[in-house]
Amino acid sequence: MKNNKVSKVLTYIALIALVILFITPIIFVVMNSFKGKLFISDQPFALPKGEMFAGTANYVTGIEKTDFFHAVGYSAFITVFSVLAIVVFTSMTAWYIVRVKAKFTTALYFMFVFSMIVPFQMIMFTMSKLADILHLNSPIGMVVLYLGFGAGLSVFMFCGFVKAIPLEIEEAAMIDGCTPIQTYFKIVFPILKPTAITVAILNAMWVWNDYLLPYLVIGVSTKYKTVPVVVQYLMGSYGSKDYGALMALLVLAIIPIVVFYFTCQKHIIEGVVAGAVKG
Amino acid sequence: MEKNIKRYFPIFVLPTLIAFLIAFVIPFIMGLYLSFCDFTTVTNSKFVGLSNYMNTFSDKEFLNALWFTVKFALIAVVTINFFGFIMALLLTKGLKGTNFFRTVFFMPNLIGGIVLGYIWQSMINGVLAHYKVTMLMDPKYGFWGMVILMNWQMIGYIMIIYIAGLQNVSPDLLEAARIDGATELQTLIKIKIPMVMPSITICLFLTITNSFKMFDQNLALTAGGPSNKTAMLALDIYNTFYGKVGFEGVGQAKAVIFFIIVAIIGISQVAISRRKEVES
Repeated sequence: MKNNKVSKVLTYIALIALVILFITPIIFVVMNSFKGKLFISDQPFALPKGEMFAGTANYVTGIEKTDFFHAVGYSAFITVFSVLAIVVFTSMTAWYIVRVKAKFTTALYFMFVFSMIVPFQMIMFTMSKLADILHLNSPIGMVVLYLGFGAGLSVFMFCGFVKAIPLEIEEAAMIDGCTPIQTYFKIVFPILKPTAITVAILNAMWVWNDYLLPYLVIGVSTKYKTVPVVVQYLMGSYGSKDYGALMALLVLAIIPIVVFYFTCQKHIIEGVVAGAVKG
Repeated sequence: MEKNIKRYFPIFVLPTLIAFLIAFVIPFIMGLYLSFCDFTTVTNSKFVGLSNYMNTFSDKEFLNALWFTVKFALIAVVTINFFGFIMALLLTKGLKGTNFFRTVFFMPNLIGGIVLGYIWQSMINGVLAHYKVTMLMDPKYGFWGMVILMNWQMIGYIMIIYIAGLQNVSPDLLEAARIDGATELQTLIKIKIPMVMPSITICLFLTITNSFKMFDQNLALTAGGPSNKTAMLALDIYNTFYGKVGFEGVGQAKAVIFFIIVAIIGISQVAISRRKEVES
């Protein structure tokens, strides 16, 4: 019994040490975001006190230099509408593919599955050129591109779920006079809700954090920059680098993610695991 | 019923299909074709056969990136799975506060690659400043920096999958082992590890593909520096496309090779999981 207690205490010590290791980078960034920018490279691990304390100066320059709140707005717009479009349209497509048994639906299914293993670099150049030709270099255009590139995984996940829904319920609805559209939105979609949440979370995390697609399609010379694009823009450009502003921006970029995480933590963890196991 | 649904193709399938054609199918086919062409924009291509592929295999930076990526993937896969598994073991002992620890360890996984890269760039440079060096002085700093970053990002994720696997191990089995006098180590090797084999397969492939496809973190942490010695495959492809004019064809050929490598990894994952399902 005594042995058991010792192992318990040791486990806790190990876990607490790990927690400290895991949050150190975050605390480091928060701490330095309140330091004058010259002190960040001189004394990176000192607390921001005395003459080092810069108040909110870094936040003010960071926000001004990058027009940060606009970036948050465009990121939010693109994320919300892409996720909505992906959930609604790919679930409809998946239902159609499973319910209509024909050669072309099987072919479609395999094309969607195939797209899952293709890395973005394979299509990055041609896709961004095509998007330019079609004038998709706007937030709404981005929604179309995310729907298209995200369709593979989402259709695949919805198909797996639709296959498990018994046909009888839908048949009964149709005999009672429902059109396929009514049947879908009144009967099928509510049953799909758990998968819809998983798909929404996986895609929200991807779209919000995605850097390369908005950078290549929208670029840095328009006003539609997203959060990852402005962070890279602040640091990636030549000239003197303002590490104070960077630290402030990093903190601001993490805040929405942390809030989102703590409000729907259970769904996020479950969704990510479900996505991993299926993908 | 099927015929009735079939007529609704324009509503159910067309929106997804149009977006899929624009964002994937057409660019993919164009990309395959253009890898055999000389071009600067997609409209002025000239067929040149295999010469882009020849150039790729004699490109020192590409070979360096390939080797760097393989080395990185090997070390990242081993460390992430090792630590992730150990932490999963610690968190399945039924201790109080397990949920809190799980929440903290998983959080880095949600932060995007660009932000992660800059967090670690400033941290690592802060530590190295103590020894009067910076990360861009020697590729080995960038390499280990990337390994640490990737561990920080993925351990929590992998840990959660292992936790799910470990929770599925039947308590009866563990109880029986305990009564027979098995030590903790024996239980781990003879029962727990064989029982979570499916999770191990998933986690190994997840870490391999993520390591191979890594781009944002690489760009933000070192941007390939010093002199592209820490550029991984995805970043090297990006640099070939956008760094120098006239090499778009070579970039596309590299992208096709990259796609084939990633596809082989993905297909072998499916093959291995299928075989396991048949066996069990």
